[in-house]
Amino acid sequence: MPITKKDVERIAELGRLELTEEEAELFTGQLGSIIDHIEKLSELQTEDVPQMSHCVPAGGNVEYAKRDDEVRPGLGQTRAVENAPDAEAGYFKVPRVIGG
Amino acid sequence: MELGKITISSLRKRLAAGEVKAADLCRAALDRIESLSELNAFITVTADGALASAREIDRAVEMGEPLPPLAGAVIAVKDNMVTRDVRTTAGSRILFNYRPPYSATVIERLQAAGALLIGKTNLDEFAMGSSTENSAYGPVKNPWDVTRVPGGSSGGSAVAVAAGMAIAALGSDTGGSVRQPASLSGVVGLKPTYGRVSRYGLIAFGSSLDQIGPLANSVEDVALILGVIAGRDPNDSTSSDSKVEDYVSALQGDVRGLRVGIPRECYGPGLDAEVKEKTEAAIKKLEDMGAETVEISLPHTEYAVPVYYLIATAEASANLARYDGVRFGFRAEEAVTLKEMYSQTRDQGFGAEVKRRIMLGTYALSAGYYDQYYGKAQKVRSLIERDFREAFGRCDVIATPTAPTPAFKLGEKADDPLEMYLSDIYTITANLAGVPALSLPCGLSSSGLPIGVQLIGKQFDEAGLLRAAHNLEQALGLDLTPPLSL
Repeated sequence: MPITKKDVERIAELGRLELTEEEAELFTGQLGSIIDHIEKLSELQTEDVPQMSHCVPAGGNVEYAKRDDEVRPGLGQTRAVENAPDAEAGYFKVPRVIGG
Repeated sequence: MELGKITISSLRKRLAAGEVKAADLCRAALDRIESLSELNAFITVTADGALASAREIDRAVEMGEPLPPLAGAVIAVKDNMVTRDVRTTAGSRILFNYRPPYSATVIERLQAAGALLIGKTNLDEFAMGSSTENSAYGPVKNPWDVTRVPGGSSGGSAVAVAAGMAIAALGSDTGGSVRQPASLSGVVGLKPTYGRVSRYGLIAFGSSLDQIGPLANSVEDVALILGVIAGRDPNDSTSSDSKVEDYVSALQGDVRGLRVGIPRECYGPGLDAEVKEKTEAAIKKLEDMGAETVEISLPHTEYAVPVYYLIATAEASANLARYDGVRFGFRAEEAVTLKEMYSQTRDQGFGAEVKRRIMLGTYALSAGYYDQYYGKAQKVRSLIERDFREAFGRCDVIATPTAPTPAFKLGEKADDPLEMYLSDIYTITANLAGVPALSLPCGLSSSGLPIGVQLIGKQFDEAGLLRAAHNLEQALGLDLTPPLSL
């Protein structure tokens, strides 16, 4: 199924990207040819094949993701907001959310 | 002193003997970076920090203190690893002013081992690319021919090492981004096993694929650095607690009886004739030293590019959701509402390739397409992983070309993303299967461009992989110095 400019605009909205008219045109063609190539996967029968979401390292400890749930020092409010484009009193400032 | 001609261990001995001073070495590297600025390998040079570390090493020598393993080693780091209070851009406009409040684990480990961190290297934006042309800070040029790309996405790290601006460097590899630029620039580059090196502080691209790895002029230096950065890190839950070996000692020993798998799928159409010839000549060297070759098959190789460009982009579209103009980096100022701020910040802050990948990944994960694309890709990933497991039942390492061609021209593939993606064909399978892989220079093309051979190992068998590569490197005996006259 070929990808249309309307699809591209819908995906851009989902990805929070405000594309220009030219970008939308360009991406429609480029994504179309990439997706054509990807369709090659449909040649393969995979009904009984499990999905692989990550590489469980062989020889590694599969329990490694766990740790004790205890309080540890964090970054602190001052450092956490110091890279913000806009901040005040230790809070991030953003444009109005409701009624804007 | 020429940085390209010295190993880290020999440097450490010369420092200890008082033959060289770390501060002089550091200044030599800074001069070299300055004189080769047209290659655009660095985004940020950290002269003050490197000189301070150098003086610390020189003081330790004077006091007769034991020197740490990387003492005086001038190391460059790809600018997608965060450095406390030192600007970290990921090659993107959206992080043009980001000064991280913490350092990546690999940075802390390098510094604790006495390395001199000389600067942050240029890369494809968010490590998305195979040429280092997708940087918001301009493209990197190949020191072997400045009209050509150095490969990517760790192009700045590869060039820093190839052109003697650093002894070694760190890169990150999601689909070949350490190995392919190593191949195109004429240096050694290793992607360790998934989980071997902590990614804490690596700016995330494809979290089930990303791995940090060293680039250097010798297998020995790669082995030495791996030993420093590898190991369990409580700050990265995907880091493995499998034992970190002494990778330098592991280089000892020969390759007699080593079974080298040759996957027939990797020597077919699309492979440059000279790359094929040099790769086969390297394999012949291994045979001459007593290794035996075994023909194997990785039957799902032809599906690797589509699988990779679904999984990596899906993960990227989620990982890059954090760049919203709220907590760090660039914010579009003219937006009135919050939603406009998100979309305008992202449109102005990201370059074209990053947007394309966010779009593709968003599409692959969107309602109605998830099973057809993302789910399917994860299933085929299982088949690719199974190919490797079966192959490693019959061989100890696998040998392939690293890239289908030597370095291509700047701009040559810039308008055709699919063409660029297909140049990753030999490297991405190792990321999908989570196995370690290394690129080693194996010769020059008739036009004087480096060619790399890739060796792929079993999970967590970096020791065996590095030993095979070290033997091959010694047998090839190449002296690779780019013909730069600046």
